[in-house]
Amino acid sequence: MSSVVSTSAGSVTGTLSFQGIGMTFPDGTEALRDVSFDVAPGEFITIVGPSGCGKSTLLKIASGLLDATSGAVQVNRERLGYVFQDATLLPWRTIRQNVELFAELNGVAKADRSTLAAEAIELVGLRGFEEHYPKALSGGMRMRASLARSLTLEPPVFLFDEPFGAVDEITREHLNDETQRLFKRKGFAGLFITHSISEAVFMSTKVLVMSNRPGRIVDSFDIPFDFPRKPDLRFDPEFARLSGEISLALRGAH
Amino acid sequence: MTAVGDDRITTEPLAGSEGDIRSEPAPVPRPSDRGRRGFEAIGPPVILGALILGVWYFISYVVLREDRRFLLRAPHEVVNEGFLNGENFAELLGGLWSSTKVAFVGLVIAIIIGLVLATLMSQAKFIERAVFPYAVTLQAIPVLAIVPLIGFWFGFGFTARVIVCVIISLFPIIVNTLFGLQSVDKGMHDLFTLHHASRWTRLRKLTFPNALPAVFAGLRISAGLSVIGAIVGDFFFGQGESGIGQLISKYAGRLMGEQLLAAIILSSALGVIVFQFFGWLQNRVIGKWADSGKPT
Ligand SMILES: Nc1ncnc2c1ncn2[C@@H]1O[C@H](COP(=O)(O)OP(=O)(O)OP(=O)(O)O)[C@@H](O)[C@H]1O
Ligand SMILES: [Mg+2]
Repeated sequence: MSSVVSTSAGSVTGTLSFQGIGMTFPDGTEALRDVSFDVAPGEFITIVGPSGCGKSTLLKIASGLLDATSGAVQVNRERLGYVFQDATLLPWRTIRQNVELFAELNGVAKADRSTLAAEAIELVGLRGFEEHYPKALSGGMRMRASLARSLTLEPPVFLFDEPFGAVDEITREHLNDETQRLFKRKGFAGLFITHSISEAVFMSTKVLVMSNRPGRIVDSFDIPFDFPRKPDLRFDPEFARLSGEISLALRGAH
Repeated sequence: MTAVGDDRITTEPLAGSEGDIRSEPAPVPRPSDRGRRGFEAIGPPVILGALILGVWYFISYVVLREDRRFLLRAPHEVVNEGFLNGENFAELLGGLWSSTKVAFVGLVIAIIIGLVLATLMSQAKFIERAVFPYAVTLQAIPVLAIVPLIGFWFGFGFTARVIVCVIISLFPIIVNTLFGLQSVDKGMHDLFTLHHASRWTRLRKLTFPNALPAVFAGLRISAGLSVIGAIVGDFFFGQGESGIGQLISKYAGRLMGEQLLAAIILSSALGVIVFQFFGWLQNRVIGKWADSGKPT
């Protein structure tokens, strides 16, 4: 078992490529088997799959938090955007300080940091809340702050691990709408994970269906709608048809 | 919830309008009826205090015969003799001040040792394994039993008193700080890992701030204990400046009931003040962001 992970900026900048990824944890749990796919700039790929099938594991491998036990990942990790399911804001920092964290850890000068943070905060609509502490914000607002924190990196590749799983339906639709517009504006390569099929179809250029553990990609659906997508796309018959098909495929994957 | 109009999509900031934000309610502090809250806070202890005074008078004047009244002097006698008699009060204050210095120095040393030990323990598992059993043992030693030993080793003056203080107040600081340092959310650690933070950066920007609420919880316990330590140490060590423990010992030996009670009241007052001070400090330092940084 060898793990060939290339993180060199040279070959393919701004893209993410999984080649035959397999992951077996030390306790013998096989979480992923032979997962291969690419995410190109301008692509927003969403993975749906049963709980525990290895989706988070795949993102951790992409980010370098975990090393795959077989296969290779190609990605430039220098300015990787990565949003977790929890907002993971540091409670002792104000929203502005939280948004500045990544730039700070990467040694960006103070003045540039605050410019970057101010832009990102504006972009996610948190202006006026810069000096609030996370405990004074709602779940949805904390998620926006978490998004803004990654946006300061101007990420060419953006990973999202079920970021909106914990917010209510209406807030989630808002956040979907905003994420989709961010994607349109920034043109990053996006890899998104969710349990919500409607969220997947609404934001993605392609939806991949993952099987039960060990996770494999068992189905793939191109989502043809143009960007920017309007909220009432969700009532489009084609939207419903695609959602139905993915739902069926997902049931087969269980 | 306002629907986002089509025309706005390309021109507005991506998050939409202020209205979108406001639709997610953020917790807002509720304005409170101050008068009512004030009574709810002060009423019950005042009533209980009056009850206790009543029982006290009852025991002093009804239960105890005149010749045995020295066992429990009535409250106003305690106040008259202990607090309003200038000479007696000066003696009490002098003792209290001396014990306060001991408690303060002991607490500062305990804080320094505790923070350093806990930090080392959090950084290397083997240090934690090595130190922890001894920290527990230190905590389990009955202080009264080692006080004579400390006297033999360090004399019966200031140093010995301070050492008693340190021994008695060290454990809560170690345990609470260690807990705080080790209870960092896994996801937050991942953030720092993703950005290749050094051990020092992680400690400074993640682990230490994360530990602050627990550190303060430990501090409040230890501060109270250090006052007890100062008085207990003083009680047994005859040399050097005499503190409130020496006075208690003297008053008890000479059956000076009023001063004895006054000394006890002042010692507990010192404990309460120290506890409140750290509550206030906690609120100042972490009250803005910690979930329940409010002192009780
Ligand atoms: N460190 C680990 N050691 C052993 N097994 C692990 C470890 N981390 C994850 N697993 C297992 O690997 C499998 C995949 O986990 P993962 O978190 O990737 O699932 P997931 O698809 O993200 O699930 P969910 O949708 O519930 O978030 C699970 O069965 C999990 O128990
Ligand atoms: Mg997961």
